[in-house]
Amino acid sequence: MADLVSHPDEVKVVSRRFGLGAANLDRYLELDGYKAVQKALAMQSADIIEEVKKSNLRGRGGAGFPTGLKWSFVPKESAKPKYVLCNGDESEPGTCKDRLIFEHDPHAVIEGAVIAGLAVGARKAYIYVRGEYRYLSLIMQKAIADAYGRGFLGKNIFGSGIDFDVFWHGGAGAYEVGEESALMESLEGKRGIPRIRPPFPAVVGLWGGPTVINNVETLASVPHIMLGGGEWFANLGTPRNGGTRLFCLSGHMNRCGVYELPLGYNLKKMIYEVGGGITGGRSLKAVVPGGSSTPLFRADEIDVAMDFDSVAKAGSMLGSGGVTAIDDQTCMVKFALRIIKFYQHESCGWCIPCREGTDWIKKSLTRFHAGGGLRKDIDDVKYLAQNMLGRTFCPLGDAAAMPIISIVDKFRDEFEAHLEGRPCPHAKEGDAANALLPMLAH
Amino acid sequence: MRFSDAFEARFTEMLTHYPTKRSVLVPTLLFAQDEVGYVSEDVIAELATRLELTTLDVRNVMSYYSMLVTKPRGKYNVQVCTNIACTLKGGDELLSHCAKRLGIGHKGTTADGQFSLEEVECIGACSWAPAIQVNYDFHENLDVPKMDAVLDGYAKK
Repeated sequence: MADLVSHPDEVKVVSRRFGLGAANLDRYLELDGYKAVQKALAMQSADIIEEVKKSNLRGRGGAGFPTGLKWSFVPKESAKPKYVLCNGDESEPGTCKDRLIFEHDPHAVIEGAVIAGLAVGARKAYIYVRGEYRYLSLIMQKAIADAYGRGFLGKNIFGSGIDFDVFWHGGAGAYEVGEESALMESLEGKRGIPRIRPPFPAVVGLWGGPTVINNVETLASVPHIMLGGGEWFANLGTPRNGGTRLFCLSGHMNRCGVYELPLGYNLKKMIYEVGGGITGGRSLKAVVPGGSSTPLFRADEIDVAMDFDSVAKAGSMLGSGGVTAIDDQTCMVKFALRIIKFYQHESCGWCIPCREGTDWIKKSLTRFHAGGGLRKDIDDVKYLAQNMLGRTFCPLGDAAAMPIISIVDKFRDEFEAHLEGRPCPHAKEGDAANALLPMLAH
Repeated sequence: MRFSDAFEARFTEMLTHYPTKRSVLVPTLLFAQDEVGYVSEDVIAELATRLELTTLDVRNVMSYYSMLVTKPRGKYNVQVCTNIACTLKGGDELLSHCAKRLGIGHKGTTADGQFSLEEVECIGACSWAPAIQVNYDFHENLDVPKMDAVLDGYAKK
């Protein structure tokens, strides 16, 4: 479905089977499939965790938590069954990488989930696919059924004496379910309301049992680590940031697409060389470096190595790998409004700062962009956002606040240009932006 | 209430995947909606009985998920994404074009019951923006002429 792209700077690890028909089990086996899980079956669980720790693999869902460390938090002995939960509820705006993994390499996700289970002592894994991804859910279901058919899953896998089950699960439309505790609630057949932590899922997760929750790309990296070795994987990236990652280039770039680049790849180079620069010969205004929840960079701030630590040092987050370029013709007030409209829609309403904050900011920015803004609104919007930070059960409140604060701070002049009833400087004739004022009457 | 054989087979199998019955609820609601067209009162009552839940409990869960609807909609639900990557590439223009062509607004349905329109949040097609989904099918890298071609295709079906 989605087109594949390539660039000479790519280092293909997770994407090495893309376009090669690896959703077919026989083809997957030709391409070194299910070798990693057999290697893991011959290892002690502590050694699997040690190898993943050595790889410096960090969570690809957004938080960037070290995967090996996360696995080591699962208690060895547990009265309740342990589980592995693969988070395929990909919904962070700007992110479209897990889709390609599900489509082109579904068995790698299964293999990664089984290895994670062997590492922590779980014997069941669930692969949660967002509801909108129906065709991918079908691909995943077929892959699981094929693996059962060959005895790679089920009783006595690969003659090891170990039973291991992998099941698929489906969502029905909810961004927040991508948050780990809401994901578990959803899988248990409930509203995706986040749980308070501690206890963390590694100790008390699905149905009260210890649960490891990893992103699709994280789990798909694991078989490659088992085969290539932790040290090899670590050396692909930068210190403490092992491996490569799928960067989803979107927005005003000439060659948008999903590219696998080593961690630490320069953002400026990513936009101008890999992405082919800005469309229509226009210039760059801003970049969303890691999905819509991450603070934006101005065009003069993008000489940054794209790994978790360097991006954090530069004041943003590597996030989920969604890199969105914004050109100089874009109104940043309107862009902020679009971001907050999304988070307001997705807020579950459980925590008041998030429920009220997103709604209030949306209303303020709607009025502001329509020409009804006051100077004090600029600081009020930032103040509201700051008061959401760290005050909610799940990170959705932070996710909404962070980009808004950065846009107010970095593009204050654009807010000021809208004051005193002036029309949006970037509005075109017949633009929906001009029709906003009458909307306020409702 | 009768569902298709495929539905029943999947339902029976899925129940064996989890330690609790209600775990099948969210995906099952969506599969039921696919067959009935929406989550009807009958569907709610049926699933509540099967999963030993109250109808209130089922409604409570259902109302959380944006893909589940309680009223019938068009045969083809045109879902236009206007989130960040799509809005930068003309998603809003696609949405207003669809609204004009179909003569309906957000969550509206045409009089002949063929099309519904919905402005949706990110569908995971950011690198191929602007993108839409018609029911479960993705259409990507669109512009207004391509959008027309997509709609023409469904209108002929």
